[in-house]
Amino acid sequence: MPLAVYLNVAVGGVLTGLVYGLMALGLSVIFGVVRVVNFAHGEMMTIAMYIAVVMFAWFHLDPLIMLVPIAAVLFVFGYALQASLINPFITRPEHSQFLLLVALAIIIANTLLIIFGPDARAVQTSYAFDSFQIGQMIIDASKVYAGAAAIAFTVALFAFFRFTLLGKAIRACADNHTGALVVGLDVKRLYALTFGLGAACVGAAGAMLVLVVDATPMVGPSYTLLAFVIVITGGLGSMPGALAGGVLIGVTEAMAGLLFTPSAKSMFAFAILVLVLLFRPQGILGKRAA
Amino acid sequence: MMARLSAGLSRRSTVALAVLLAAFLIAPLVVNDYLLTILILILYFAYAGQAWNIMMGFAGQLSLGHAIYVGLGGYVAATLFTRFGIGPWLGLLAAIPVTAACGAVIGYLAFRFGVAGVYFAILTIAFAEFARIGFDHLDYVNASSGLFLPVKQYAHNDLWLLRGDPTMFYYVILAATVFAFLLCHLLIRSRVGYFWLAIREDEQAARAAGIDTFRYKMYAVMISAAVTSFAGVFYAFFYNNLFPEQVFGISRSIEIILGPIIGGIGTLFGPILGAFVLTGLAEGLNSIMNAFGVDLPGATQVFYGICLLVVVVALPDGVWPPLARRLGLSGDRK
Repeated sequence: MPLAVYLNVAVGGVLTGLVYGLMALGLSVIFGVVRVVNFAHGEMMTIAMYIAVVMFAWFHLDPLIMLVPIAAVLFVFGYALQASLINPFITRPEHSQFLLLVALAIIIANTLLIIFGPDARAVQTSYAFDSFQIGQMIIDASKVYAGAAAIAFTVALFAFFRFTLLGKAIRACADNHTGALVVGLDVKRLYALTFGLGAACVGAAGAMLVLVVDATPMVGPSYTLLAFVIVITGGLGSMPGALAGGVLIGVTEAMAGLLFTPSAKSMFAFAILVLVLLFRPQGILGKRAA
Repeated sequence: MMARLSAGLSRRSTVALAVLLAAFLIAPLVVNDYLLTILILILYFAYAGQAWNIMMGFAGQLSLGHAIYVGLGGYVAATLFTRFGIGPWLGLLAAIPVTAACGAVIGYLAFRFGVAGVYFAILTIAFAEFARIGFDHLDYVNASSGLFLPVKQYAHNDLWLLRGDPTMFYYVILAATVFAFLLCHLLIRSRVGYFWLAIREDEQAARAAGIDTFRYKMYAVMISAAVTSFAGVFYAFFYNNLFPEQVFGISRSIEIILGPIIGGIGTLFGPILGAFVLTGLAEGLNSIMNAFGVDLPGATQVFYGICLLVVVVALPDGVWPPLARRLGLSGDRK
C-alpha cells in the first residue's frame, strides 16, 4: 500500500480522535472534580446524537450549527442530574454510585429505544461526501469540521477553567474538597455546574459524531468504554491529556482497522489501556495522584 | 465441621435456611416449566453473584469484568466437550485452573503496580473486552459464529455429561448455590476472611498490622474467578451455545453484579436475595406488560431501570441488611 493511504487513515484517525477526546474530556472533568465515574456517559452522548438527528430530519438544521444548543440542553440535563440524584451519592461507596449510573444508563437507552426504535439513524449533510485534497491526501470534510469544532470547544472550556473566577472555584473543589467548603464555596452547586459542563462536552461531541457515525439507541456502552480508555490513557483530570488520549486512540483504531480487521480495532485500544495502567497509571500527561 | 458451619448462625436463621432449602428442593414438583426456567435463572445469578461477592463484598476489590471468568469457564468446558468428548465435570477441573490463572494475571498486574479503586475496576472491564474481541476472532472456537454443543434427545438424564431435562439442571445449579453459600460461610469466618475484611475496611491499616495484602488480594481474585468458572460451564451446557458477544459482554458483567449490590454487598444471603428480586422483577414486569398488551421494546427495561434507581436511592446497603434486622435474622453480619 502506498504511504498516502496510511497518511489518509492516520489523519482521519486524528480528526475522529479529537471528537473522541472531547467526549472523554467530559468524563475527565466530571471525575476530576465530582469524583464520580459517569457510567452513563455514552448514553448521554446518544441523547445528543438523537437531538441532532431529529433537528436535522425536521428542520434541516446542520449538526454543526446545533452544536452549541445541543451542548446547552445537555448542560441543563447534567446540572439537573447532579443537583437532584447524584449529589446525595458523592459520599457513597463506588459500587453504589456505579449502580445509580447504570440504572440511569438503562433508563436513557431504553427510553430512546421506545421513541426511535432500534434502527440506525444517520444525518446526510450536503457536504457528507466532500473532501479536501492536499497533495496526495484526501480528507473527509465532515471530519475536518468535526475535529476543528472539537478543538474550539476544548479551548473554550480550558479558558473557562483557567481564567474565570467560577472556573477557579471549580478547580478549588477538585483540589481540596474540605478547603473549598471552608472558604465558603457552594460545593454542591459547583458540582452540578461541573457535571453540566461535562455533559455539555459529551453533548457537543455527540452532535459532531453523527456526521461520521450512525445513531442507535444501544450504542452508549461502547462509547462509555471508549471514554474510559481515552481518559485513563491520557491521564484523568488532565484536559490536554484527554485530547491527546483521544487522538492516540483514534489513530490506533484507524490504523488497526487498516492493518488488521476493522472489527478487531478496539482490541488495540484496550491493549493500550492495559499497558498504560500497568506502566504509567497516571496516564500519559497525568500527574500522579495520591 | 457441623460446628463450624453453624457458628455465627442464630437458631432462627438456621431454621429459616432449612425451610428455604426444603422449599427449593420440592419446588420442581409444584411449579410449571416456565417457572422452573426462571428458578434456574435466579439460582444461576445467585451463584455467580456469590462468586463475585467473594472478591468485592469480602475483600473490597471491585471487578466489573466478571464475564471474563464466566466466558473462559464456558469456553474451556465446551471446547473440551465438542472437540475431545470430555465431560463437563472434568472440563470444570480444567476450567478452574484456567480462570484462576486469568484472575491471577489480572490481580498480579493490578496489585503489583498499585492499580486500585476505579482504575482497577476499569482494568477488569478492559480485560473482559479484550477477551470478547479476541474470542470473536478465534477460529478454533468458531469466532463470532458461536460455539454450539450438540443437542440430542436424551432418553434419560445424564448427570455425568450434563445432558438432560431442566429439572436436572435445576438441581445441579441448586447444589452449586448451596455449595457456594457454604463456601462463603466458611471463608468469611476463616483467617483469610478476616484478613479480607481488614483489607476491605482499610488497606493501609491492614498492611501496618502485618497482613500481606498483596497475597490475600490475590487469593480473593483467584478464588472468586475459580468459583465463577462453574457458572460458565453451567451456562454452556444449559444453553448449548456460546457467543463471545454474549458471554464476555459488559452487560453480562453488570448482570452478575447487580444482584449482590441490590441484595446487600458483603453479606452471605444478599446475592441470593438480590438474584430473586432482580430476576423476579424482570420477569414480573414482562408478564405485566404482556397482560396489558403493551408490546413496546424497551418499556420493560425502563421500568427495570427505575426500580433499580429507587432501590439504590432508598436502601444504600441493599435489601437484605434492613430485612434481616426486621426478621430478626441478623446472624448474617455485614
